[in-house]
Amino acid sequence: MAERERRITPPYGGVFVARTRVLDGEDIRRAIWRMAHEIIEHNHGLDQVELIGLQTGGVPFAWALAEALEQVDGKRMAVGTIDVAFYRDDIGLRPVLPEAETSIPFDLTGRIVVLVDDVLFTGRTIRAALDALIDYGRPRAVQLAVMVDRGHRELPIRPDFVGKNLPTRRDEMVNATLEGVELGEMAKR
Amino acid sequence: MRHLIATSDLDREELESLLALTEKFVEVSSRPIPKVPALRGRTVALMFFEESTRTRLSFETAAKRLSAETVGFSVSSSSVKKGESLRDTAQTIEAMGVDLMVVRHASAGVPRQLQNWVEAGIVNAGDGWHEHPTQALLDCYTIQTRLGSLEGREVAIVGDIKHSRVARSNVAAFTMLGASVTLVAPPTLLPPSLRGWPVRVTHDLDEVLPKLDVCYLLRIQLERQAEALLPSLREYTAYFGLTARRAELLPPDALIMHPGPVNRGIEIAADVAELPRSVITDQVRNGVAVRMAVLFAILGSAGDARSTAARSEVVGGESSA
Repeated sequence: MAERERRITPPYGGVFVARTRVLDGEDIRRAIWRMAHEIIEHNHGLDQVELIGLQTGGVPFAWALAEALEQVDGKRMAVGTIDVAFYRDDIGLRPVLPEAETSIPFDLTGRIVVLVDDVLFTGRTIRAALDALIDYGRPRAVQLAVMVDRGHRELPIRPDFVGKNLPTRRDEMVNATLEGVELGEMAKR
Repeated sequence: MRHLIATSDLDREELESLLALTEKFVEVSSRPIPKVPALRGRTVALMFFEESTRTRLSFETAAKRLSAETVGFSVSSSSVKKGESLRDTAQTIEAMGVDLMVVRHASAGVPRQLQNWVEAGIVNAGDGWHEHPTQALLDCYTIQTRLGSLEGREVAIVGDIKHSRVARSNVAAFTMLGASVTLVAPPTLLPPSLRGWPVRVTHDLDEVLPKLDVCYLLRIQLERQAEALLPSLREYTAYFGLTARRAELLPPDALIMHPGPVNRGIEIAADVAELPRSVITDQVRNGVAVRMAVLFAILGSAGDARSTAARSEVVGGESSA
């Protein structure tokens, strides 16, 4: 969840206060590099693979993955973005961000879609994303790549590619960007 | 947002955020399956006390694309015909579990009055000569997508201003977004007083055409011919109709707009309505997305009663990445 979204989302509506830095920019870069290799290995190349970043936090990671995949495999990947706001099971709790654009510049049908997000938590966002995705076509398979898996799943969803497994308390917050991953809390505004 | 009664109730920020939300629903409408589950389980009542085809269909399509249920009636087959009062009709329909009412009525002020009688959200789909806010929103959206923005744009609204709720809503919305508006009409079709309207008025269409960015034509309501406000329709067309000759006077990139239904050959010549810069069909298409944005802004927002209840359940548990 990107900073702006977090700031205007009730009931937190606060600011993120970092306590510890878990990964720095270099760590992130290495993790993405490894995940890129895993994606290629797992899918026997990239012929079938499409990348889609979840708005808003997952999109920079999707672009970073695309860049790493191109360096490893030489194939230039198009990156789709998807906003799941209208598919959530908690509509009304989160703001709908006008800038969170959905754009899928390829046909999903028959392809392997790798969904990319920053942090995997309850799994509800991914559930919504799966619903959204099938409105665009019927992928042959959907895989999930996340920078941070912080646990506390509420749905039977697991990631296929993980940057970092990070045990957390429920009330903690994780801030994951390309510059690093921080663990902290929300403070009231 | 709880209700949408008049564009003049909105501030610029609210108006712009509705237009931004519209953008998202334009994308939804362009998908192979143009439907999202956002308002699943919600019920929208389409209460059209005055006949309407396009607005009603547009709202119905919008509600369905958001997965809301729709119920509706038409006056000819409902108990309004049997003399049921407005209040009773509204409360009866609300008792059936309706979350939002889309109301069209021949009398100005009905939607505002319903707010006091029912808990459901109210969207004004046109009340008398008062307002038609979703029309104004879709017009603003159409202009914005074609011209970038309304800031500093020259807009003329031509025709029967006096009886037009579209004119009232659009003057408020266009000027709020920074356009300057000129009203062009014969004196008999202007309101008795224009005090407080942020507009310029002229009776000479040819004079304004060359500097326009948008030429907005209103429908001549043929049923009003009996009131003898115009000597004849031919005379109206001669002075205020957008004929092929007049269309030539417009700058090449100026837009031609009309809220429909069009009286071809009266306020606009048939072939002018077909010009590429006539965006009348865009207006209709954008109408669905704009109405989705309005329905979603009311029913899908945190201010709504039902989602507030849902929120208090989740506050403790749900957190975020």
